[in-house]
Amino acid sequence: MFNYIVRRLLYSLAALLVVVTVTFLFMHIIPGGPFQREKALPEAIRKNIEARYKLDQPLHIQYIDYLSHLIRGDLGPSYKYRGMTVNDIIRERFPVSVELGTVAILLALFLGIPSGILAALHQSKFPDYLVMFFSTIGIAMPSFVIGTLLMYFLSYKWGLLPSATWGSPQHVIMPAIALAGLPTAYIARLTRSSMLEVLSQDYMKTAIAKGLPRRRILWVHGIKNAIIPVVTYLGPLVAGILTGSFVVENIFAVPGLGKHYVTSIYNRDYTVILGVTIFYCVLLIFMNLLVDLVYPLIDPRIKLAERKEQV
Amino acid sequence: MVGHLLEVKNLEVEFTTYAGVVKAVRGVSFEVDPGEVVALVGESGCGKSVTAQSIMQLIPSPPGKITGGEIIFDGENLLEKNEHQMQKIRGNKIGMIFQDPMTYLNPVLSIATQVTENLRLHKGMSKKEAMERAVELFHLVGIPDPEIRLKQYPHQFSGGMRQRVMIAMALACEPKLIIADEPTTALDVTVQAQILELLKELKDRFQTAVILITHDLGVVAGQADRILVMYAGQIVERGTLDEVLKTPQHPYTWGLLKSVPRLDADKSRKLTPIWGQPPDLLQEFSYCPFMPRCDYAMAICAEEMPPFFNGGRARCWLNHPQAPKVEFKKEVS
Repeated sequence: MFNYIVRRLLYSLAALLVVVTVTFLFMHIIPGGPFQREKALPEAIRKNIEARYKLDQPLHIQYIDYLSHLIRGDLGPSYKYRGMTVNDIIRERFPVSVELGTVAILLALFLGIPSGILAALHQSKFPDYLVMFFSTIGIAMPSFVIGTLLMYFLSYKWGLLPSATWGSPQHVIMPAIALAGLPTAYIARLTRSSMLEVLSQDYMKTAIAKGLPRRRILWVHGIKNAIIPVVTYLGPLVAGILTGSFVVENIFAVPGLGKHYVTSIYNRDYTVILGVTIFYCVLLIFMNLLVDLVYPLIDPRIKLAERKEQV
Repeated sequence: MVGHLLEVKNLEVEFTTYAGVVKAVRGVSFEVDPGEVVALVGESGCGKSVTAQSIMQLIPSPPGKITGGEIIFDGENLLEKNEHQMQKIRGNKIGMIFQDPMTYLNPVLSIATQVTENLRLHKGMSKKEAMERAVELFHLVGIPDPEIRLKQYPHQFSGGMRQRVMIAMALACEPKLIIADEPTTALDVTVQAQILELLKELKDRFQTAVILITHDLGVVAGQADRILVMYAGQIVERGTLDEVLKTPQHPYTWGLLKSVPRLDADKSRKLTPIWGQPPDLLQEFSYCPFMPRCDYAMAICAEEMPPFFNGGRARCWLNHPQAPKVEFKKEVS
């Protein structure tokens, strides 16, 4: 178990290095730089600034320099927000994305799993069609459409909720719903299809033949088998949602990390782009590792030692 | 004939499929007395499993539906019971052993959970009491090191051991009746013998009645008190073990007996299969359903469904007093 985790972390480190390198190169391939403006800066000032951030050095020197800071956990200063380091930005923005993301994920789980089960239990009947109808909409409709509709009705028409910005619990509701739309629909479909498969398994018949009540058959014998695909999906989903959704955070003016990430690309804020990418990567690797560690708890047939390592 | 444990009267079961309504069981009647082993024999698709599962109401509905008859267990008609009342009978008064122990155990729950859950449910035992009982059961069914084995999961068990677990589960609440649906079909021959021996031993010990469903007459020979031979959803021959094996009266039973491979037969004896296919159960039969495959078919066989002759032994026109006498060549004892 311990060996497995250590080995996985070593592989992860290699993956991380590849991500850093590729992102670093791509970033410099994009035309323009952090200090290019429509109105050109005087040559001397530009040179000064570039010298300060070592942007005048050859690329490989910059790369090695960045890595040496990275090893110490220092993601460097932001080029755009004077006096702020990338670490500061993540520390400040990430909790907002976490709050929004946690609500969205809980919403997706508590809505998606039961409705998937409901649909499976009433296959090809009204509840099934209802769930499938909404989950198709949830998958087909982008979050910005859901967000805009919510905003139009709940805020503009009926004035129930604040339309944007952040601060109170009311502010969380609409962006969380918009963010949860796709995962809810996806989880409902995953749960439905795996539950349908489980329901037709022989061991479910054994459970009935033992005279167990329906509740126990479903929630003990059924769900533990049916939940595995959902857990698999949960790893990348949690990482993706926690780092924030640019679109949703932008529409609702939520000061989260996702919004900042995309803005940093417009600004060629090299260190922020790299820093947030790395942060996202670490989170993703960590979540996938966590999911893999959870598998054996759900399905005893899965043994970590025998598994092919994947990052 | 006082106090049948189970009485099945005119059971009819249908399945609605795309092709139409399949009448899987067509008026089956039989009784099981306490402590008795009754074997239901027939080829695949003859309705033997459906009959057995109907007793427990395990027929998936839809598409399946019990459309007629009565199933009287311990004086009560099971078909009149609601789901909740059935739950108190399943696993408690009637235990069931399934065909394939590989797929009938839940892979993600520990053996302990699976063996103890109906004890806790039906007998109201505490976790500790149920565990003690489970250890006792594992000794009974011959699983060594019960304390260790109970903590394991199904994938850590061999096929034979899993079937022992299934038997332990079925026995847990000391049911009056055990339905064993092809309990040895999925096992190796050597393991088959062990499991059959175990079933017999446990039956003698607890005086449990058993309905043994099988297509293997070899299994029946060592176990059953009475035999019911099923064909196309009907019982075509019934009798005690000796009657059916030594003086079979239905050509279908003759066919079954001739197609049993034997170790002691000389090499010149060929296995004689029953030619043709079982009939399409979508159709109604106004004639003997075995007629198209029968070597002894007569004109009447194509015209009218035979009733039971000889005091309810066999459904075959050959047993009519006016029918020509055909002797079953007794190659098999």
